[in-house]
Amino acid sequence: MQLKVTNSPFSEEQAALLNTLLPTLTGTQVQWLNGFLAFYGGGTGVTPIENGLTAAPDIAAASSVLAAAPGAAAIAEAVQVQAGAPREATVLFGSQTGNSQRLAGRLADKLKALGFEVTLSAMNVYKPANLKKTAHLFIVASTHGEGDPPDNALPFYEFLYSKRASGLEGLKYSVLALGDTSYEFFCKTGRDFDERLAELGAERIADRVECDLDFEEPASLWFGKVLDAVQASVAGGAAVASQAVSAPAADSQGTENLYSRTNPFRAEVLTTINLNGRGSDRETRHLELSLEGSGLSYQPGDCVGIYPENDPALVDAIIAQMNWKPNEIVLPERQGEDATLRGALLRHFEITVLTRPLLEKAQSYSADGRLAELLKPENKDELRSYVNGRDLLDLLQDFGPWTLPAGAVTTVLRKLPPRLYSIASSNKANPDEVHLTIRKVEYESHGRKRGGVCSVQVSERLEAGDTLPLFIQENPNFKLPADPSTPVIMIGPGTGVAPFRAFLEEREELGSEGKTWLFYGDRHFVTDFLYQTDWQRMLNSGALSKLEVAFSRDSEEKVYVQHRMLEHAAELYGWLQEGAHIYVCGDEKHMAHDVHKALLTIVEQQGGLDSEAAAAYVAELQATQRYQRDVY
Amino acid sequence: MANGQKVVPIGGPPSDVEHLKQESNYLRGSLVETLQNRVTGGMSELDNRLMKFHGSYMQDDRDLRNERQKQKLEPAYQFMLRVVTPGGVATPEQWLEIDKLAQKFGNGTIKLTTRQAFQLHGVLKWNLKQTIRQVNEAMLTTLAACGDVNRNVMCNPNPEQSDVHEEVHKWAKELTTHLAPKTPAYHEIWLDGEKLDKNLKIKPKGEAGAKAAKVSAAAHDKAGKHGAATAVAEAPVNGADPVEPMYGPVYLPRKFKIGIAVPPSNDIDVYSQDLGYIAIVEKGKLVGFNVTVGGGMGMTHGDTSTYPQLGRLIGFCKPDQILELAEKTITIQRDYGNRSVRKNARFKYTIDRHGLEWFVSELHERLGWELAPARPFTFERSGDTYGWSKNKNGKWNFTMYINSGRVVDTEGNMLMTGLREIAKIHTGDFRLSANQNLVLGNISAQKKKQVAALLEQYGISEGSHHSAIRRSALSCVALPTCGLAMAEAERYLPTLLGKLEPVLEEAGLRDEEINIRMTGCPNGCARPALGEIAFIGKSPGKYNMYMGAGFSGDRLSKLYRENIGETEIIDTLKPILHHYASEREQNEHFGDFVIRAGYVKAVASGLDFHS
Repeated sequence: MQLKVTNSPFSEEQAALLNTLLPTLTGTQVQWLNGFLAFYGGGTGVTPIENGLTAAPDIAAASSVLAAAPGAAAIAEAVQVQAGAPREATVLFGSQTGNSQRLAGRLADKLKALGFEVTLSAMNVYKPANLKKTAHLFIVASTHGEGDPPDNALPFYEFLYSKRASGLEGLKYSVLALGDTSYEFFCKTGRDFDERLAELGAERIADRVECDLDFEEPASLWFGKVLDAVQASVAGGAAVASQAVSAPAADSQGTENLYSRTNPFRAEVLTTINLNGRGSDRETRHLELSLEGSGLSYQPGDCVGIYPENDPALVDAIIAQMNWKPNEIVLPERQGEDATLRGALLRHFEITVLTRPLLEKAQSYSADGRLAELLKPENKDELRSYVNGRDLLDLLQDFGPWTLPAGAVTTVLRKLPPRLYSIASSNKANPDEVHLTIRKVEYESHGRKRGGVCSVQVSERLEAGDTLPLFIQENPNFKLPADPSTPVIMIGPGTGVAPFRAFLEEREELGSEGKTWLFYGDRHFVTDFLYQTDWQRMLNSGALSKLEVAFSRDSEEKVYVQHRMLEHAAELYGWLQEGAHIYVCGDEKHMAHDVHKALLTIVEQQGGLDSEAAAAYVAELQATQRYQRDVY
Repeated sequence: MANGQKVVPIGGPPSDVEHLKQESNYLRGSLVETLQNRVTGGMSELDNRLMKFHGSYMQDDRDLRNERQKQKLEPAYQFMLRVVTPGGVATPEQWLEIDKLAQKFGNGTIKLTTRQAFQLHGVLKWNLKQTIRQVNEAMLTTLAACGDVNRNVMCNPNPEQSDVHEEVHKWAKELTTHLAPKTPAYHEIWLDGEKLDKNLKIKPKGEAGAKAAKVSAAAHDKAGKHGAATAVAEAPVNGADPVEPMYGPVYLPRKFKIGIAVPPSNDIDVYSQDLGYIAIVEKGKLVGFNVTVGGGMGMTHGDTSTYPQLGRLIGFCKPDQILELAEKTITIQRDYGNRSVRKNARFKYTIDRHGLEWFVSELHERLGWELAPARPFTFERSGDTYGWSKNKNGKWNFTMYINSGRVVDTEGNMLMTGLREIAKIHTGDFRLSANQNLVLGNISAQKKKQVAALLEQYGISEGSHHSAIRRSALSCVALPTCGLAMAEAERYLPTLLGKLEPVLEEAGLRDEEINIRMTGCPNGCARPALGEIAFIGKSPGKYNMYMGAGFSGDRLSKLYRENIGETEIIDTLKPILHHYASEREQNEHFGDFVIRAGYVKAVASGLDFHS
């Protein structure tokens, strides 16, 4: 197939060049180019590659045919169904923020394009008994907190580790694990799934791929490996290399919108307000951003991903520490992009978090033997304690002298990941706008003031009129009930209240009749009551039926949202019995845990159940999507 | 029915506040629910009106209003809490308690008011109950510190005349107790129904009480529909109200103020009181009181039907007659005051409407006895005398100047800490003066040295380093907390005085006492109509300037310049002060001089205030 102006985003000249080049490439060359292009796409700026050619990784896998024409007709045209092979697969995802779900969806689309019958499902709604009926199982799972499975992966995870799971011989599978290398239990959930399935007798047909925050590239590689393997599998083990096709429609967002995670929209800041009153020890920004002209839209519960910029002071300190030249070109030069070292450190690379891979790569440039020592497996605990609360500047200061050239930062450092924030507005109530609630994270560690990259940028260096590169991240696991008359209970202390402002604005805009109940908490009533006058207005209008608040530092005894839940146990249980959905958003470590415990207690006491039955009741709420969490 | 002539109350449809009081079930309203609402730190206008009777009202930090609105935060609502302190006398234990509450629940300062009460600012709604509870545990109360009832009864601290003062102060306390509302609502809401003040004979609300209240409320509603004249006349029940025998279910049309002066000092501004008593001391013994009625400060800008007025002398009574006299006076105001238009509802308008003669005869009729002719007396001043003084009983007093009555620690002046330390060892009392100053009273000879050392240690002086005008200046709170303020007062007056002081210095008047008073609005909390020079706020930075009140508080001031700012104030006053310095007669006070020199006309009655 030839690239033309009509079936690709390229000009005639570009298409001609590509058509000359592509047929001459070897498989290895395509793979190499693929990786290069993925980086060249780089996560910022406008890049035609990732949008027009979402399928680039798959081309590598297919190694010869390039199908770039969008639309079902092109796919149908390209697909060649192989007779005699069982083309059936199940794609399961365990997703907290929606990334795994989105990647799973993309794989499912690619499999469908190959003529597979695909079952795509969240793990919590999948019947594990069906595992024995499926030929191929592909899992995309993220890891949460301290190595925990995401909420909607929990039932399936527990099933696999229970005695009921057995005898999966004949099942072919592969796992894509998402995680963050700055956490100790990186990709643990995916790893667990992979190992457990093997223990249960299933056959791993493609190796597990573990993704760091910048998951696009490794995920694409995994897609390629999986598609190769699955076709080999259906062909009875013979390698199939010729008729695979790519599916440009795979990324639904990519076709709907010009802008996406890989091609963020530069949204103008319309308003930035500190929601905390004078005298507060906190600072929480309410941002109103314009989406005008972006074509972007969102649903309540969705998130916005922001590509932040590092603190210029920290960047300059790093450059000074290394005696680097800030203007040295370290990135491929592209129009409108700052390819200098300083620009790269500001916008492209993560410099505030230390991870094992980073230290491992850096170690070869360090003359200090202690760094190699620290990286030895037996010094795991020392390493963990060292990286905790330290950043790149600490590393450079602590383990010099260095032979690290400025250009090496592009290979040593991890790409600066986008920051996700729950959207605090309803698109229906605010056309062409998106509102965010961002609390400044600041702390002192190892004698230096440090802060959250994005929250400090937003608090200290962002003004109305500036722009922020952003994309919409759907979160299908945090959605209002389809029936607007269903009661809704929302628990969102601190910035966890953001999505509930979106929920309530939406219900207010739609004139929904269902009851709503919000539990909010923070430190001080006078200064920390986020969106206080919005809630008061909604209470008056009826969009919000009830509001309970808990301010922990206003009384001698600290009071939190879970205490308010327990105070209203009978009524809360009554709402659940009426079919209410319950939502929790905010801090994962303490709040979500305490709220979960309170919920179990309420169900146990009010329902007259023992603890096991109460747990089953709550698990059922989760399985039926009536208990959803967006915790971080 | 004085002189056989039927005098009819003014009538008119009852104001919203009258309806509110009627429906409040003796000051309960929905306060219990309101206090439990955690979503707002404020309360509705209706509840706030009721809160006043409980000694508090809602304010907010007006400096932050606009900023907070943008931040999607409601105004910084907070409550002012006023503590009834009859005659301004508190024990050291009570001082320590108020100090503790100011630190714990207030804004860290204590305000000594122009009516000798303690005031806490910045109390959050959720802390009100505990604060009020602790006030009561210290044997003080906030009940009736504000609202349409008799307020804190003032009396001259008069430390030097210790035996007379003790007796006068006893009457101030008795008046406060006797005239307090009797509704159990206060104890129900704040003290969980407990009765802590043994002086208040309060029984828990019984069936009969509730029923009677409802019947009476219904009667009032019915009357209201008939409208006009009879509506308000019927409101008070003829002494038959089971819960509030004196006030009835709708209490008074407006606040009611009583003060007792002990000549020669008129520090409590007896002529500004609705009901004033002037102690008559003969041969060192208190023989009784002259009585004045119908004084009051408040007015409304641009409304000449409102005006400050001086109380008028109507006779003399014996000490044991003053409770009955006060009660009957209050019932007359209860029955004849204007319940339709609140700004015309004060007692002074009732008297001016119907005439002093009518009032005296109505009073005599209700008393069943007549007042004796007033006895002679002389007032010399309305300001305080600072420094050490010795009582007849051999104990000592120390009177100190407190800037605008605000007890607070500032850099170099640890006033609040110092007074706390003194309270810990002091065996006498604390006396709040009507001029917002403080007297450490009845210091034993043994403790005097220790107290003096502490005063020195914390940099507290009687104020002699301040100019005389600063020491006799008076201001209300105004911005940022008072909802009525149109301009600054407490925060600005010191600055203005700082600009006037060089002028006075230049004119050789540094030690000349001139009463300067400033308020943020014409409500008149710092009694500006009795200031020799007075400023009443009109808008931010702009004031109406008045002059010519009597130095001893016996004559009102008169508008001299309207709507002027700082530069004009200084430019206006400078030549007048120089004129005064060069042409005053011996012992002639500034207020008298400006009249003699023709700057303003003398105002002997409020009816001439606007003419």
